[in-house]
Amino acid sequence: MTIFNREYLGHVSEPASVQVELGQLRLFAKAIGETRDIYLDEAAARQAGYRSVLAPPSFGTCLWSLAPRTGPDAEELGIDYRYLLHGEESFSYQGLIFAGDTITLQDRIDKMYEKKGGAMDFMELVATATNQLGEQVQQRRTTLIMRRPQA
Amino acid sequence: MSGQAPDFGQLQVGDELPTLTFGPVTRHVLALYCGGSGDHNPIHVDSDFAQQAGLDDVIAHGMLSMAVLGRMVTEWIPQQQLRAYSARFMAITPVHATVTCSGRVSRIFEEDGERRLRLKLRTRIDDGKTTLSATATVALP
Repeated sequence: MTIFNREYLGHVSEPASVQVELGQLRLFAKAIGETRDIYLDEAAARQAGYRSVLAPPSFGTCLWSLAPRTGPDAEELGIDYRYLLHGEESFSYQGLIFAGDTITLQDRIDKMYEKKGGAMDFMELVATATNQLGEQVQQRRTTLIMRRPQA
Repeated sequence: MSGQAPDFGQLQVGDELPTLTFGPVTRHVLALYCGGSGDHNPIHVDSDFAQQAGLDDVIAHGMLSMAVLGRMVTEWIPQQQLRAYSARFMAITPVHATVTCSGRVSRIFEEDGERRLRLKLRTRIDDGKTTLSATATVALP
Protein backbone atom coordinates (compact mmCIF):
# COMPACT_ATOMS: atom_id res chain seq x y z
CA MET A 1 0.00 0.00 0.00
CA THR A 2 1.27 3.44 -0.79
CA ILE A 3 -1.29 5.62 0.91
CA PHE A 4 -1.17 7.40 4.23
CA ASN A 5 -2.84 5.50 7.04
CA ARG A 6 -6.28 7.11 7.48
CA GLU A 7 -6.40 5.81 11.05
CA TYR A 8 -4.21 8.78 12.03
CA LEU A 9 -6.29 11.53 10.41
CA GLY A 10 -6.86 14.19 13.10
CA HIS A 11 -4.22 12.69 15.36
CA VAL A 12 -2.67 15.22 17.75
CA SER A 13 0.82 14.35 18.96
CA GLU A 14 1.95 14.58 22.55
CA PRO A 15 4.29 17.59 22.98
CA ALA A 16 7.91 16.71 22.22
CA SER A 17 10.85 18.82 23.33
CA VAL A 18 14.16 19.20 21.57
CA GLN A 19 17.22 21.27 22.31
CA VAL A 20 18.60 23.45 19.51
CA GLU A 21 22.25 22.47 19.41
CA LEU A 22 24.89 24.90 18.21
CA GLY A 23 26.78 22.15 16.38
CA GLN A 24 23.61 21.18 14.53
CA LEU A 25 23.05 24.78 13.42
CA ARG A 26 26.65 25.04 12.25
CA LEU A 27 26.38 21.87 10.18
CA PHE A 28 23.11 23.11 8.71
CA ALA A 29 24.75 26.45 7.89
CA LYS A 30 27.67 24.70 6.23
CA ALA A 31 25.33 22.59 4.09
CA ILE A 32 23.40 25.60 2.79
CA GLY A 33 26.43 27.83 2.22
CA GLU A 34 25.62 30.18 5.10
CA THR A 35 28.76 32.00 6.18
CA ARG A 36 27.49 35.03 8.13
CA ASP A 37 28.74 34.97 11.68
CA ILE A 38 25.33 35.49 13.39
CA TYR A 39 24.49 32.02 12.05
CA LEU A 40 27.74 30.46 13.27
CA ASP A 41 29.36 32.24 16.18
CA GLU A 42 27.87 32.86 19.62
CA ALA A 43 29.93 35.93 20.48
CA ALA A 44 29.12 37.55 17.12
CA ALA A 45 25.42 36.77 17.51
CA ARG A 46 25.36 38.33 21.00
CA GLN A 47 27.22 41.36 19.75
CA ALA A 48 24.55 41.76 17.07
CA GLY A 49 21.91 41.79 19.82
CA TYR A 50 20.70 38.19 19.63
CA ARG A 51 20.41 35.73 22.52
CA SER A 52 22.62 33.30 20.64
CA VAL A 53 23.29 31.93 17.16
CA LEU A 54 20.17 32.15 14.95
CA ALA A 55 18.40 29.19 13.40
CA PRO A 56 17.73 30.03 9.72
CA PRO A 57 14.11 30.44 8.54
CA SER A 58 13.49 26.87 7.36
CA PHE A 59 15.41 25.17 10.17
CA GLY A 60 12.15 24.66 12.08
CA THR A 61 11.41 21.66 9.90
CA CYS A 62 14.64 20.04 11.05
CA LEU A 63 13.53 20.19 14.67
CA TRP A 64 10.73 17.79 13.82
CA SER A 65 13.27 15.38 12.39
CA LEU A 66 15.57 15.79 15.38
CA ALA A 67 12.97 15.65 18.16
CA PRO A 68 11.97 12.41 19.85
CA ARG A 69 8.94 11.05 18.07
CA THR A 70 5.73 11.14 20.08
CA GLY A 71 3.23 10.58 17.27
CA PRO A 72 2.98 7.75 14.77
CA ASP A 73 6.26 6.87 13.06
CA ALA A 74 6.84 6.69 9.31
CA GLU A 75 5.90 3.04 9.16
CA GLU A 76 2.68 3.53 11.10
CA LEU A 77 1.76 6.42 8.83
CA GLY A 78 2.22 4.15 5.83
CA ILE A 79 5.18 6.12 4.49
CA ASP A 80 7.30 4.37 1.88
CA TYR A 81 10.37 6.59 1.38
CA ARG A 82 10.85 5.33 -2.18
CA TYR A 83 7.64 7.07 -3.22
CA LEU A 84 7.50 9.99 -0.80
CA LEU A 85 7.57 13.56 -2.12
CA HIS A 86 7.44 16.86 -0.33
CA GLY A 87 4.61 18.95 -1.72
CA GLU A 88 4.65 22.16 0.27
CA GLU A 89 6.22 23.71 3.35
CA SER A 90 4.87 26.82 4.98
CA PHE A 91 5.90 28.81 8.05
CA SER A 92 4.47 31.74 9.92
CA TYR A 93 6.84 33.34 12.39
CA GLN A 94 6.08 34.88 15.76
CA GLY A 95 9.68 34.84 16.96
CA LEU A 96 13.18 33.54 16.34
CA ILE A 97 14.83 30.28 17.38
CA PHE A 98 18.33 30.35 18.85
CA ALA A 99 21.05 27.88 19.76
CA GLY A 100 20.47 26.64 23.31
CA ASP A 101 16.68 27.01 23.11
CA THR A 102 14.46 24.15 24.12
CA ILE A 103 11.65 23.98 21.62
CA THR A 104 8.45 22.10 22.30
CA LEU A 105 6.67 20.82 19.23
CA GLN A 106 3.12 19.69 18.82
CA ASP A 107 1.48 18.63 15.61
CA ARG A 108 -1.82 17.54 14.22
CA ILE A 109 -2.51 15.51 11.13
CA ASP A 110 -4.94 17.87 9.48
CA LYS A 111 -5.82 16.31 6.12
CA MET A 112 -5.43 13.17 4.08
CA TYR A 113 -6.76 13.01 0.52
CA GLU A 114 -5.96 11.64 -2.90
CA LYS A 115 -5.61 13.30 -6.29
CA LYS A 116 -5.27 12.20 -9.89
CA GLY A 117 -7.55 9.21 -9.40
CA GLY A 118 -5.43 7.85 -6.58
CA ALA A 119 -2.10 8.24 -8.39
CA MET A 120 -1.02 10.61 -5.62
CA ASP A 121 -1.95 10.56 -1.94
CA PHE A 122 -1.60 13.65 0.25
CA MET A 123 -1.11 14.29 3.95
CA GLU A 124 -1.07 17.74 5.55
CA LEU A 125 0.31 18.28 9.01
CA VAL A 126 0.05 21.48 11.05
CA ALA A 127 2.37 22.14 13.92
CA THR A 128 3.47 24.69 16.49
CA ALA A 129 6.88 25.36 18.02
CA THR A 130 7.10 26.99 21.46
CA ASN A 131 10.33 27.97 23.19
CA GLN A 132 11.42 27.57 26.83
CA LEU A 133 9.98 31.01 27.65
CA GLY A 134 6.52 29.85 26.64
CA GLU A 135 6.59 31.96 23.46
CA GLN A 136 5.18 30.40 20.34
CA VAL A 137 7.89 31.09 17.78
CA GLN A 138 6.47 29.53 14.67
CA GLN A 139 3.68 27.59 13.05
CA ARG A 140 4.31 25.20 10.25
CA ARG A 141 2.22 23.38 7.68
CA THR A 142 3.72 20.61 5.63
CA THR A 143 2.25 18.66 2.74
CA LEU A 144 3.62 15.23 1.97
CA ILE A 145 2.77 13.25 -1.15
CA MET A 146 3.11 9.58 -1.89
CA ARG A 147 3.10 8.66 -5.55
CA ARG A 148 1.81 5.31 -6.65
CA PRO A 149 4.69 3.20 -7.94
CA GLN A 150 4.75 2.47 -11.67
CA ALA A 151 3.41 -1.04 -12.27
CA MET B 1 27.53 40.93 5.30
CA SER B 2 27.71 41.81 1.65
CA GLY B 3 26.59 44.86 -0.24
CA GLN B 4 24.63 47.79 1.03
CA ALA B 5 21.27 47.52 2.76
CA PRO B 6 18.47 48.39 0.33
CA ASP B 7 16.51 51.58 0.86
CA PHE B 8 13.31 49.86 1.98
CA GLY B 9 11.33 53.11 1.94
CA GLN B 10 11.88 53.47 -1.81
CA LEU B 11 10.85 49.95 -2.81
CA GLN B 12 8.20 49.43 -5.46
CA VAL B 13 6.21 46.47 -6.69
CA GLY B 14 8.32 44.68 -9.27
CA ASP B 15 11.68 45.50 -7.66
CA GLU B 16 13.97 42.50 -7.71
CA LEU B 17 16.10 40.99 -4.97
CA PRO B 18 19.75 40.25 -5.76
CA THR B 19 19.87 36.70 -7.11
CA LEU B 20 21.82 33.93 -5.42
CA THR B 21 23.40 30.94 -7.12
CA PHE B 22 24.16 27.74 -5.24
CA GLY B 23 25.90 24.67 -6.49
CA PRO B 24 26.53 22.48 -8.19
CA VAL B 25 24.76 20.37 -5.58
CA THR B 26 27.31 17.63 -5.05
CA ARG B 27 26.83 14.36 -3.17
CA HIS B 28 28.95 15.95 -0.47
CA VAL B 29 26.47 18.82 -0.07
CA LEU B 30 23.61 16.30 0.12
CA ALA B 31 25.45 14.36 2.81
CA LEU B 32 26.03 17.57 4.79
CA TYR B 33 22.37 18.51 4.48
CA CYS B 34 21.29 15.00 5.49
CA GLY B 35 23.25 15.38 8.73
CA GLY B 36 22.56 19.07 9.22
CA SER B 37 18.82 18.82 8.74
CA GLY B 38 18.13 15.47 10.39
CA ASP B 39 16.30 14.40 7.22
CA HIS B 40 17.79 10.97 6.74
CA ASN B 41 15.64 9.84 3.83
CA PRO B 42 18.10 7.66 1.86
CA ILE B 43 16.76 8.84 -1.50
CA HIS B 44 19.01 11.91 -1.12
CA VAL B 45 22.26 10.15 -0.35
CA ASP B 46 22.08 6.49 -1.38
CA SER B 47 22.11 5.99 -5.16
CA ASP B 48 21.31 2.27 -4.79
CA PHE B 49 18.15 3.21 -2.92
CA ALA B 50 17.28 5.92 -5.46
CA GLN B 51 17.61 3.46 -8.33
CA GLN B 52 15.43 0.98 -6.50
CA ALA B 53 12.80 3.75 -6.34
CA GLY B 54 12.98 4.12 -10.12
CA LEU B 55 15.19 7.22 -10.24
CA ASP B 56 18.44 7.54 -12.17
CA ASP B 57 20.32 8.83 -9.17
CA VAL B 58 19.94 10.61 -5.83
CA ILE B 59 17.94 13.85 -5.75
CA ALA B 60 18.42 16.96 -3.64
CA HIS B 61 16.21 17.67 -0.66
CA GLY B 62 13.53 20.20 -1.62
CA MET B 63 14.20 21.75 1.78
CA LEU B 64 17.82 22.39 0.79
CA SER B 65 16.61 24.70 -1.97
CA MET B 66 14.13 26.27 0.45
CA ALA B 67 16.99 26.95 2.88
CA VAL B 68 19.18 28.52 0.18
CA LEU B 69 16.25 30.63 -1.05
CA GLY B 70 15.69 31.71 2.56
CA ARG B 71 19.32 32.74 2.69
CA MET B 72 18.78 35.00 -0.34
CA VAL B 73 15.90 36.68 1.54
CA THR B 74 17.81 37.14 4.81
CA GLU B 75 20.81 38.53 2.93
CA TRP B 76 18.40 41.21 1.68
CA ILE B 77 16.44 41.88 4.89
CA PRO B 78 17.26 40.72 8.44
CA GLN B 79 15.59 37.48 9.47
CA GLN B 80 13.66 39.07 12.35
CA GLN B 81 11.60 40.95 9.74
CA LEU B 82 10.35 37.70 8.22
CA ARG B 83 6.69 36.98 9.07
CA ALA B 84 5.89 34.09 6.75
CA TYR B 85 7.68 31.90 4.25
CA SER B 86 6.22 29.11 2.18
CA ALA B 87 7.30 27.01 -0.76
CA ARG B 88 5.72 24.61 -3.21
CA PHE B 89 8.01 21.94 -4.56
CA MET B 90 7.41 21.93 -8.31
CA ALA B 91 10.10 19.65 -9.70
CA ILE B 92 12.92 17.41 -8.57
CA THR B 93 16.44 18.83 -8.25
CA PRO B 94 18.89 16.18 -9.47
CA VAL B 95 22.34 15.77 -7.98
CA HIS B 96 24.92 18.07 -9.71
CA ALA B 97 22.27 20.72 -10.48
CA THR B 98 23.02 24.39 -9.90
CA VAL B 99 20.22 26.22 -8.09
CA THR B 100 19.48 29.84 -8.95
CA CYS B 101 17.31 31.81 -6.53
CA SER B 102 15.41 34.91 -7.54
CA GLY B 103 12.64 37.07 -6.18
CA ARG B 104 10.74 40.31 -6.51
CA VAL B 105 8.37 42.48 -4.54
CA SER B 106 4.82 41.56 -5.52
CA ARG B 107 2.78 43.58 -3.05
CA ILE B 108 3.20 46.36 -0.49
CA PHE B 109 0.54 46.45 2.20
CA GLU B 110 -0.32 47.16 5.84
CA GLU B 111 -1.01 44.29 8.21
CA ASP B 112 -1.00 43.99 12.02
CA GLY B 113 0.17 47.61 12.27
CA GLU B 114 3.21 46.97 10.09
CA ARG B 115 4.16 47.95 6.58
CA ARG B 116 4.80 44.66 4.85
CA LEU B 117 6.05 43.34 1.56
CA ARG B 118 4.98 40.19 -0.17
CA LEU B 119 7.86 38.64 -2.07
CA LYS B 120 7.40 36.25 -4.94
CA LEU B 121 10.33 33.87 -5.02
CA ARG B 122 11.57 30.90 -6.96
CA THR B 123 14.43 28.56 -7.55
CA ARG B 124 15.43 27.25 -10.94
CA ILE B 125 17.90 24.66 -12.10
CA ASP B 126 20.24 24.65 -15.08
CA ASP B 127 17.64 23.86 -17.74
CA GLY B 128 15.48 26.77 -16.52
CA LYS B 129 12.91 24.53 -14.87
CA THR B 130 11.30 26.03 -11.75
CA THR B 131 11.91 23.72 -8.81
CA LEU B 132 10.41 25.83 -6.02
CA SER B 133 7.70 28.44 -6.23
CA ALA B 134 7.66 30.38 -2.99
CA THR B 135 6.38 33.47 -1.22
CA ALA B 136 7.56 35.38 1.81
CA THR B 137 6.05 38.16 3.84
CA VAL B 138 8.44 40.62 5.45
CA ALA B 139 7.83 43.62 7.67
CA LEU B 140 9.75 46.76 6.78
CA PRO B 141 12.26 47.71 9.47
